[in-house]
Amino acid sequence: MEKIRVVINGQEAFFDEPVTILEAAKSMGIRIPALCHMKLEGTDFENKPASCRVCVVEVEGRRNLVPSCVDKITNNMVIKTNSFRAIHARQANLKLLLSNHPKDCLSCPKNLNCELQDLAEELGIRKNEYEGERMIHNVDEKSAAIVRDPSKCVMCRRCEVMCNEVQTVGVLSAMKRGFEATVTPAFNLALKDSSCVFCGQCAAVCPTGAIVEKDETYRVWDALRNPDKHVVVQVAPAIRVAIGELFDMEPGSITTGKLVSALKTIGFDAVFDTDFSADLTIMEEASELVHRIKNNGRLPMLTSCCPAWVRFIEENFPDMLDVPSTCKSPQMMMGAMVKSYYAKERNIDPKDIVMVSIMPCTAKKEEAIREELKNDGLLNVDIVMSTRELGRMIHLFGLDFKNLPESEFDNLLGESTGAAVIFGTTGGVIEAAVRTAYEWITGEELEKVEFEQLRGFEDIRSATVHIGDKKLRIGIAHCLGNSRELLNGVRDGKYDFDVIEIMACPGGCIGGGGQPYHHGDMSILQRRREALYQADREHKLRKSHENPMIKKLYDDFLGDVYGEKAHKYLHTTYRKREKI
Amino acid sequence: MNKIFKMDELDQTKVQEIQEFIDKVENKKGDIIKILHFAQEHYGYLPKELQLYIARAVDLPASKINGIVTFYSFFTEKPTGKYTVAVCMGTACYVKNAQEILDEFARLLKIGPDGLSEDGLFSLISVRCIGACGLAPVIKINEKIIGHVTKDMVKGIIDDIVRQERGD
Repeated sequence: MEKIRVVINGQEAFFDEPVTILEAAKSMGIRIPALCHMKLEGTDFENKPASCRVCVVEVEGRRNLVPSCVDKITNNMVIKTNSFRAIHARQANLKLLLSNHPKDCLSCPKNLNCELQDLAEELGIRKNEYEGERMIHNVDEKSAAIVRDPSKCVMCRRCEVMCNEVQTVGVLSAMKRGFEATVTPAFNLALKDSSCVFCGQCAAVCPTGAIVEKDETYRVWDALRNPDKHVVVQVAPAIRVAIGELFDMEPGSITTGKLVSALKTIGFDAVFDTDFSADLTIMEEASELVHRIKNNGRLPMLTSCCPAWVRFIEENFPDMLDVPSTCKSPQMMMGAMVKSYYAKERNIDPKDIVMVSIMPCTAKKEEAIREELKNDGLLNVDIVMSTRELGRMIHLFGLDFKNLPESEFDNLLGESTGAAVIFGTTGGVIEAAVRTAYEWITGEELEKVEFEQLRGFEDIRSATVHIGDKKLRIGIAHCLGNSRELLNGVRDGKYDFDVIEIMACPGGCIGGGGQPYHHGDMSILQRRREALYQADREHKLRKSHENPMIKKLYDDFLGDVYGEKAHKYLHTTYRKREKI
Repeated sequence: MNKIFKMDELDQTKVQEIQEFIDKVENKKGDIIKILHFAQEHYGYLPKELQLYIARAVDLPASKINGIVTFYSFFTEKPTGKYTVAVCMGTACYVKNAQEILDEFARLLKIGPDGLSEDGLFSLISVRCIGACGLAPVIKINEKIIGHVTKDMVKGIIDDIVRQERGD
């Protein structure tokens, strides 16, 4: 095929494909500022409604400026991205957006993380002659997970793509038209009253402060300065490979020891590892799987660690609520053990314990308040902070995170294995479960613990693992749209699996809605994933059932694995939810 | 189950008829606007419960349905009166004091913020040019066109309809 020749800003280049002007320019090292456009590299998803008109460029022979994010190159196209006319139009369009935007940047949750703010600086906006009418909307703060402030919306529609196409949750949609237009749930409901699963992928891609996580840092400060409270914290596996990004460290830096030091300095009374309760989850979940297989129980069994996924199945597959494992998630198992076992061992009244979680997730905030997950009338977990919120706390505390010394998690609920740390990536939970199930079913030692066939970023993966003479057929999906497809296939008989792992976010928890912003750069997720696999390799123990502190927990407190007491504290139930 | 939506307060006979219409549509998602048209014509307006019902019947998110309904000015989420008074505000009518006529209707009918008269018999809307500029200022009551309307005629127009309704 003949190559396509273009000239951009006097530079000549040839292309094989009719890519967009924006892509062509990017590959030539020419930056065209853009706002609404976002491409999730490595996936099919691209948001390009051409609504913001920031990326307009001049094309020779065309009367009007063209949006470079959608217009494709043609042979011998001559393009100017930096002509006076293009720059002036770009500035004017941005000023129009700014004229209907609250200017409370200093106290906005997205201050210094806002793409609109960055553009205002990049385009040298110093004054705005377009001051006009403002559209003011109510702030939706009703959910425990996500805050929506539509007054800050620039109608880029990125959240709509995530909610509808990637996740197929379908809660957010554009309403009304023209100046009155907003992106909201149906009937302007609060997210809490809608079918939102709180995955937070809308917040992960929002360029402004229109959708953000609910900030809980103030509640944590209050708990920490209350002398009557014993404040315990746990950290999820995906945090340690991402939080460094908030402190100028490379994506994929493993910061486990620094993280523990930071939490101890901030003043938590005990710092525990969600990896410990991930090991505990494997004990219960692998037992449940073996139990279901041996007793001809319901198969496939689905993992239940992801609260966005749990809510999704409750709303969309109410006829299949007997397929998820009854295991609580690692976050909730940790809370349940802290307020029972740990409280007893340390002789503390569970009512005086404040359990704080650091999670890569916004859905974990809503999970924590689920009625089904209470024990003895108490919430297992009291406050959930995202990676970003903890980052703010560490900044506020004035810690030089990058140069902190390494510390160890506290004893009793701090020990973990390599199987637990890979819980943070798609395929990790199932790999951890297989390592344990293999040894339990065959009674033999598993030599090669790494299951390459379970790893990867493909939408839906399947693999068969031979365990003795049993073939374990495994399905894996990440993102809820893929998960819907997988589960529809199970329902229709297209797929036949024994066990399925599902995580709601791209790449699993490493791409969670509460993680440092990736701004569409999916290579960041890959580096976080590699770091998790590296952390696994660096562990002495790599199978959950080898964790000595897990053995001690069962001996001293829980009794039998998958037994009566374990059921009370570590298992849960699901309910049908109305879809709106 | 849900306190926000009172699904059983919908007129079940009409809902049944709308369902029958939906059943006959082959491409339900593609022809969603056709379905909404029928539903509005049949039900008079599109309350949120009916939108939710249709969303479930065609398997689209309620947010998409609500997005369509709020985008097109043809659709209304509020009940309309038996008589819809549409005052033309096109240029020709506007320069011939259409605003004064609109205001007079609103005053006499005690039109509330929902656009409905106090007794629910009338709804009042303003529309763009209806293509009868020769009759300016012109109004349309349901399908009936009345031209050369003056402020003083408004009371008579309303009284005629009210008398007709009473069966005088």
